Amino acid sequence: MQSFSEIDTTSKRASKAAGFSWGVAEEVGKSIRSLELFGLPGIINLNLYLKKIKKNHPKKLNKIDKENKLENKELCPIYSGVAFLDQCRQLEKLQSIKFYNVNYPLLMLPFISRASELLGKKIMIQYNNTSFLLNFDKSIFSKNIDKQANPLANEINIEFLENKNSFSEQDWKELYKLSEETFVEESESSRSKAAGAGLTDND
Amino acid sequence: MKLSRLGSFHQSKLSFLRSFIREFKDWNYKRNIFDLDKNGYGTAVYSLQKNQKNYSLVCFAQHINPDERSDRVIATKWDAAFVLHDGIPTKEDIDRLRDNVPKQEIGRVSYKELTLSRANKSIRAFDHVVDSLSLGKQPDINLLSKVGYLYRTTAVYGSGKFGLADRFRIKDRKEINGPFRLEMMLVYLVRQFTFDQVNHIAKSKNREKAIMLDENIARNLGIGNSTGLGMAPFIVNHPTLLHNWIYCREKALKEIRSIEEVNTEDFKFFKDCLTKSKTCIDTWLTDSQYQIDKINSLKSDISKFTQYLKKDCSLKIKYLWNNIYVWAEENLGEECIEYIVSMMMEPYDKIINPLINDMSSEEEKYFHIPGHRKVSELKIILENNYKSIIDIDFKEKNNTANFWFISKNKEEPRVANRYEEHGSELEQPLAIARDTKQLYEKVLKAKQSDTVAEFLLNNDDVRHVVRRAFIVDQFPYSEIQDNTIGASLVPIDMLRLKLSFFGAVKFDPRSDKWLRINMYQGAPLPHEMKHSNDTWVYNTLN
Repeated sequence: MQSFSEIDTTSKRASKAAGFSWGVAEEVGKSIRSLELFGLPGIINLNLYLKKIKKNHPKKLNKIDKENKLENKELCPIYSGVAFLDQCRQLEKLQSIKFYNVNYPLLMLPFISRASELLGKKIMIQYNNTSFLLNFDKSIFSKNIDKQANPLANEINIEFLENKNSFSEQDWKELYKLSEETFVEESESSRSKAAGAGLTDND
Repeated sequence: MKLSRLGSFHQSKLSFLRSFIREFKDWNYKRNIFDLDKNGYGTAVYSLQKNQKNYSLVCFAQHINPDERSDRVIATKWDAAFVLHDGIPTKEDIDRLRDNVPKQEIGRVSYKELTLSRANKSIRAFDHVVDSLSLGKQPDINLLSKVGYLYRTTAVYGSGKFGLADRFRIKDRKEINGPFRLEMMLVYLVRQFTFDQVNHIAKSKNREKAIMLDENIARNLGIGNSTGLGMAPFIVNHPTLLHNWIYCREKALKEIRSIEEVNTEDFKFFKDCLTKSKTCIDTWLTDSQYQIDKINSLKSDISKFTQYLKKDCSLKIKYLWNNIYVWAEENLGEECIEYIVSMMMEPYDKIINPLINDMSSEEEKYFHIPGHRKVSELKIILENNYKSIIDIDFKEKNNTANFWFISKNKEEPRVANRYEEHGSELEQPLAIARDTKQLYEKVLKAKQSDTVAEFLLNNDDVRHVVRRAFIVDQFPYSEIQDNTIGASLVPIDMLRLKLSFFGAVKFDPRSDKWLRINMYQGAPLPHEMKHSNDTWVYNTLN
């Protein structure tokens, strides 16, 4: 199983390789880590999205408003999420906000979740018949339970889940391969100056 | 926060090796498994236990050919590999670890493991000790003092690397509420394994004549470490942690300087530590001219300081520590000033011990950028906190001579000349001074009444340094106030800063990019921990 620290680092590097700045890539690392911690498929979504934009980097919104769309274009969940988070104190006054044509919307969730913590308010987000309740960045709850009290459960099943990845080996390998694009092939001269170099190691 | 000053730090009572021993001295030590063949190859398990808690070091020792032994990070085989397991490992755990731990970076461990390491023998010391013991003689302490250890580690990994437990799983445990405590535990237990291994091999070689390594000699041996640039980005990437380390050092110094009347006992303790520590300086050997010059300056300054202590320091003087510190700043070099600061902490358990728990940090708490703040506020923060950096001219080639990158073959941080090597377009975000200056220039041109969120919409290339600016505003020691890509950069200063907080001694630079050190030299053996005193670092045989 990949540790959350590995998920953070690889997501950050892959995002940089896909064209985001280091500062935004740092935000992505934390966000994917958070999705995976909450049991949501962050790696799968990020991997697919970064592949999609690798050759055609998305445009940014100039400003977040009550209704947000880009003419004939899809919105980037990362830029939209980062901008939402940065502006959340002003946006709170708008009560409700709409984004249209957002790619891989799950990737926007952790940013809104962090905004929930900053504002000290729960935030509800809905798309494609799915609702999520964001609780001060403490949990992301897919909201599909009854509002009524349920007086009896005929059966309650509890299952202990093993620590395992929410993504396949292939998903990880693809994202990792992208992250490697931030690495540099070391020159011989650089190698010859690295730790341990230039001495007899049997001394 | 200049690098030359930070690169002159020495171990102190705040160091993590020492605080580890203080914290774990009343834990029960046990050698659970010791299954080595006559050549010392096999498996061993050591544990520390208290109440219901256990930490176990699992060791795998193997044969390697001399041509396979390398301190370089690109090595693929080591004399021994180690992992610290959370709890007592089952047979299945040990089998799983045996398949993975000796492979290090290409193996996988699990959330049940906490730290991972490997080490190579110092062949000249190891063979000499085994040969001597097997012939019924104790080894030559002069030879051993030149090396200082039997094994040298070349990496100690933690916090989620290669599948290890993430820090969040364990961070609330009281006993590890100090930085790098589990890394320190691993190294401490590895040291005992090295003693047990030489005793075992010597006995196997000559059952009749072999004797055990004298405990006084063992105690004088530590664990070596070869450290390269892998450590340097850590202090840049953990700004609040760096702040907490320096802040605690500064806070301790401030409290000590504020003591109006220094008592006889404390002053005597200080002088005793200083006297004993001189032996450690005399046995600090290096071939590095850079370090030889620093050691010579330290020796000559200490002798100047000793004269000053005799002539001018009386307990009748109010705020004596403050007088000493002011005199040191005016008369001594950085290496010796920092040495004296470390010594001044020695008598003061009451000041130092409460600070240890403040030396950890949770960087994520301070990750958020306050987008509602104004650009004008950001400008003031930059002007207040990066004065000397803003003055650097980054159009001057010398000031951008280097770039930091991650090497493709071992995924390790490296630094190279921007104008001679390829790859600078893949530079890591470690040129904080240059990027901060760039941010400042952009801020000067921006509309001052805009919010930072509005500013970032069009300037996300400097987002990483905007975050740092808001951190440094709260944590003044979080930033190295120097140019980490300039031509005059001495990267080992960054390593020494970190290693001094670990408690390493005998810094032995092998170039400007890597060095060897010693850890736990003089430390109590595990069965002595309960009754050990905290000044073990000044114990030395010769």
